[in-house]
Amino acid sequence: MRDRLPMLETVAAWCLAVLWLLPLVYAFWSAFHPAEFATRFQLTAPLTLENFARAWSQAPFPRYYFNSVALVLMVLAGQLVVATLAAYAFARLRFAGSNVVFAFVLVQLMIMPDVLIVENYRVVGTLGLLDTIPGIALPYIASAFGIFLLRQTFKGVPNELVDAARVEGASSLGILWRVFVPLAKPTYIAFGLVSVSYHWNNFLWPLIVTNSVESRPLTVGLAVFGAPETGVDWSVITAATVMTMAPLLMAFLLFQRQFVQSFMRAGIK
Amino acid sequence: MAEVAATLAVQDGMRRTRRLTGIHAWLLLLPALVLLATFTHYPIGATFVRSLFGGGRTGLGPFVGLNNYAAMLDDPVFWQVLRNNFVFAAATVPLSIALALLMAVLVDGKLRGRGFVRLAFFTPTVLPMIAVANIWLFFYTPGYGLLDQVRGALGLASHNWLGDPSTVMACLIVMVVWKEAGFFMIFYLAALQNMPPELKEAANVEGAGRWYFFRRVTFPLLMPTTLFISINAVINSFKLVDQLVIMTKGGPNNASSLLLYYIYEVAFSFWDTAYASTLTVTLIVLLAAVALTKFVYLDRRIHYQ
Repeated sequence: MRDRLPMLETVAAWCLAVLWLLPLVYAFWSAFHPAEFATRFQLTAPLTLENFARAWSQAPFPRYYFNSVALVLMVLAGQLVVATLAAYAFARLRFAGSNVVFAFVLVQLMIMPDVLIVENYRVVGTLGLLDTIPGIALPYIASAFGIFLLRQTFKGVPNELVDAARVEGASSLGILWRVFVPLAKPTYIAFGLVSVSYHWNNFLWPLIVTNSVESRPLTVGLAVFGAPETGVDWSVITAATVMTMAPLLMAFLLFQRQFVQSFMRAGIK
Repeated sequence: MAEVAATLAVQDGMRRTRRLTGIHAWLLLLPALVLLATFTHYPIGATFVRSLFGGGRTGLGPFVGLNNYAAMLDDPVFWQVLRNNFVFAAATVPLSIALALLMAVLVDGKLRGRGFVRLAFFTPTVLPMIAVANIWLFFYTPGYGLLDQVRGALGLASHNWLGDPSTVMACLIVMVVWKEAGFFMIFYLAALQNMPPELKEAANVEGAGRWYFFRRVTFPLLMPTTLFISINAVINSFKLVDQLVIMTKGGPNNASSLLLYYIYEVAFSFWDTAYASTLTVTLIVLLAAVALTKFVYLDRRIHYQ
């Protein structure tokens, strides 16, 4: 089976791992210490939450948190409903032109909304949704990627289960809800984690669409807060950065295995 | 007669069921198709159309044919961002792939503290690019930043890393490789863990060295994974521009600007929608070319199987 790595390689792996963590360790160091210790690494430096308190009071971070959570939930809920219905049609119903329509859907895998910023800005403007959270969310609600993943999963559901449910008198949507959705749980979790991380971290499109505190997600709020013009202290900016990363980072540390597996499952199409 | 009637009735029934299934399917697809048409297909079409018309903040200007494209080819900034994008891709893709492979091989072996090492490699992947940019911005800050403090301790002069056209790109590349390598690592890891252990045993019996085994067996077997990761990495190199907004704004003098960032600037700082559309067409064509490569490659793989 797998050989034990020689000592040298173990040391190399550890060095690389520590090197990889250094930027993060540094961010935490500077966030939890007074500004004068931002670049002086003494173990005796006093710990403080002062930077967080200042960031929290100098910019509307509670509102940004709320916006980000609302955005992520709105995108995820919409994506799950839309993708489930479409994936079911592609996986289980035979209809004329299904291949053509599927190809039509897959175009989005190639040209993502992220690069169509110019026209989507116009579309969202026409819909009167500029500077709103639904305006940020809408271009991402129909996810070709989600449809694709769920279609693959739904195709693997054994026919016997579907027939059994039908004999019991379940309607088509009833079968979808009671047979397909529960069986696709791992796919839903994988897609959900990838979607939540993506939209929590997304920046350019929300930056373009939003213009006010009421709709800005955390990433955009952080960029506005940290802009050099504002002259905010470095340690305070790092504290704000840590606050922006924290929810996802904690979720990742808690559910490490699920995260890694989800990203893997999502990547191997 | 009765038989014919019965057959007709059955056929009729089947046709009706099929039509019902069809209606059913379209209803299920409706939300997805409406949204995709509105935010993907219409924008793609509109981008092409707008690239053929003159500027106008509202509505279309006069039809100008390919003039916008001629202007683009004459625009030195366009060529510069395109070149930057290729440099960015040519550096980040092989670097992050090589590192990802190294990480995967290290983590795949029996290693003390394997979980921790894997965690360290993967963590940058889940962080927002904007937060990463903030952290690295500080490393590169002239004088006060970490990099210069180290240089100062060694008696070297301070350097404006992000303000110097000759170093800014390298600084961004290092940061992006740091963020992406761990993501690509997990694909290699999955592939390595699916490799039949008999290969290793056979190699041990034959007395093949580890490096020889890696070069002649592992690496060739990982080729499909490498191609898959490469394509994703190339696509990413056209999408990753968040860091520019915070760190350089494409500067100094466009030395770090990338195509998508230039589109963003032209559209939302200079408000030249016609030209931004022309640039977007270029980006769409580039992405389509990459996707096409992917399909061709996938087809070939199916042939060989």
